[in-house]
Amino acid sequence: MSQLKENPKGNRIIVSIMGPDRVGIISGVTGVLSDNSINILDISQTTLQEFLVMVLVADMEKSKVDLATLKELLNAKAKVIGVRIDAQHEDVFNFMHRI
Amino acid sequence: MLTIQEIMETIKMVQEENLDIRTVTMGISLRDCSHPNSKTACTKIYDKITRLAENLVKTGEDIAREFGIPIVNKRISVTPISMVAESSRVSSYLPFAEAMDRAARNVGVNYIGGFSALVHKGFTNGDRVLIDSIAQALSSTETVCSSVNVATTKAGINMDAVYTMGKVIKETARLTEERDGLGCAKLVVFANVPEDNPFMAGAFHGVGEPECVINVGVSGPGVVKSAVERVKGAEFGILAETIKKTAFKVTRMGELVGRTAAERLGVPFGIVDLSLAPTPAVGDSVADILEAMGLERCGTHGTIAALALLNDAVKKGGAMASSYVGGLSGAFIPVSEDSGMIRAVVDGALTMDKLEAMTCVCSVGLDMIAVPGDTSAETIAAIIADEMAIGVINQKTTAVRIIPAPGKEVGDFVEYGGLLGRAPVMAVTPFPSDEFVKRGGRIPAPIHSLSN
Repeated sequence: MSQLKENPKGNRIIVSIMGPDRVGIISGVTGVLSDNSINILDISQTTLQEFLVMVLVADMEKSKVDLATLKELLNAKAKVIGVRIDAQHEDVFNFMHRI
Repeated sequence: MLTIQEIMETIKMVQEENLDIRTVTMGISLRDCSHPNSKTACTKIYDKITRLAENLVKTGEDIAREFGIPIVNKRISVTPISMVAESSRVSSYLPFAEAMDRAARNVGVNYIGGFSALVHKGFTNGDRVLIDSIAQALSSTETVCSSVNVATTKAGINMDAVYTMGKVIKETARLTEERDGLGCAKLVVFANVPEDNPFMAGAFHGVGEPECVINVGVSGPGVVKSAVERVKGAEFGILAETIKKTAFKVTRMGELVGRTAAERLGVPFGIVDLSLAPTPAVGDSVADILEAMGLERCGTHGTIAALALLNDAVKKGGAMASSYVGGLSGAFIPVSEDSGMIRAVVDGALTMDKLEAMTCVCSVGLDMIAVPGDTSAETIAAIIADEMAIGVINQKTTAVRIIPAPGKEVGDFVEYGGLLGRAPVMAVTPFPSDEFVKRGGRIPAPIHSLSN
């Protein structure tokens, strides 16, 4: 995470999960995060069209892995539970939607 | 706090609507690389490019991964070689193109722009040698792109250069005959060329630019098309407003990536070029946006009004999103690189005449157009002259990137693959303009060039 840490705004990422609803999605995703010491700051979920959409804000300050590795771990988990998971730095969203 | 809808909107733009950062282009000044000995000059050029751009590709890839936004191309533009090479007394600048090519391959970029000359008011000796070297340079290198500015609103049109470029384009097509005249896809003839354009093939590092700079080109035709589709049937004010808001968001993404890349590479951030640049991929087409506005096919009556609205709304949205907007900002209308444009030509909805008219309101000009292989140098020069006149009189940038496809006739296709796509060969008028283009000299600048 050395590169993202240089950002003074913080080290937050946004994890988005999208797919058909089923048991075990939240525990699957949060398990990956807690295993790597990533603190969850906020979770919200909604149903968009027929999909479950969950958005998670997490802090990577004490993370054991960097964002690229985390994305790989999340992708592997996504395949197991049958949803799509993305993780992106928070700046992308703030920059686009907030002036 | 961001809302879930905002987060999903961003993710949808990237994943479903092909939003991407089209190019991160590092501009590098080579003014300090001049040397009477051309070998020394070439070594200095190679060393400087590889030193400054060493981390360009890796930085681009890192940012793309962290932000989750694809950065399609990493490229380099350099000071027009005619200026750098002029001190070396050699009769061909091919070695300079080869040095650029080697440097570009070494750092892993796919194109390097700047085998260029600015000759709108006349030629220096270096300009002449450069122009004479273009055909060979483009046929014997992979990554080098060339551009020549032959006209400006202030200086008028250098018709000697226009005619020469007609011949250079023919020669380039001949030398790259076995690849459908591919060399011509790397050669642009400009009027009022911008000096900070990150898009190939016309990119070069202008003389007013700093030592090294990062310029970013953003593209999102798919995103704009989706937005246009959402306001189907709505009046024009709403349509323009919708495009503006979308362009704003797309440009913000470019600004973020550009600033981050510049910071990590330790060079100043230049501009965001907020162009809608299509690719041959489905869902990444400017023509599709025009059709989503309510035209049955791009090229039909109403196309110019639709394109004018689009171009203006994109600029307005982008201007609010970034303080440093430059390059060719607006909508590109290349034929071969846009699936909707290709379909419009094949269906007979879009002709050369209409394309020329569209260039009055688009951001660039006649772009990636294939014409029959037997089109004469004089006819190509006349096509260039028309396009230059549009740029000069309307105080805008215009350009011609045209391919007289060797051995091909109207109805045939040229195939390049990748981002360059495929182009249907379009008809040109059979009536020669030879006597006109052979007059030579310079068409004077228009009366409104006297402003100051």
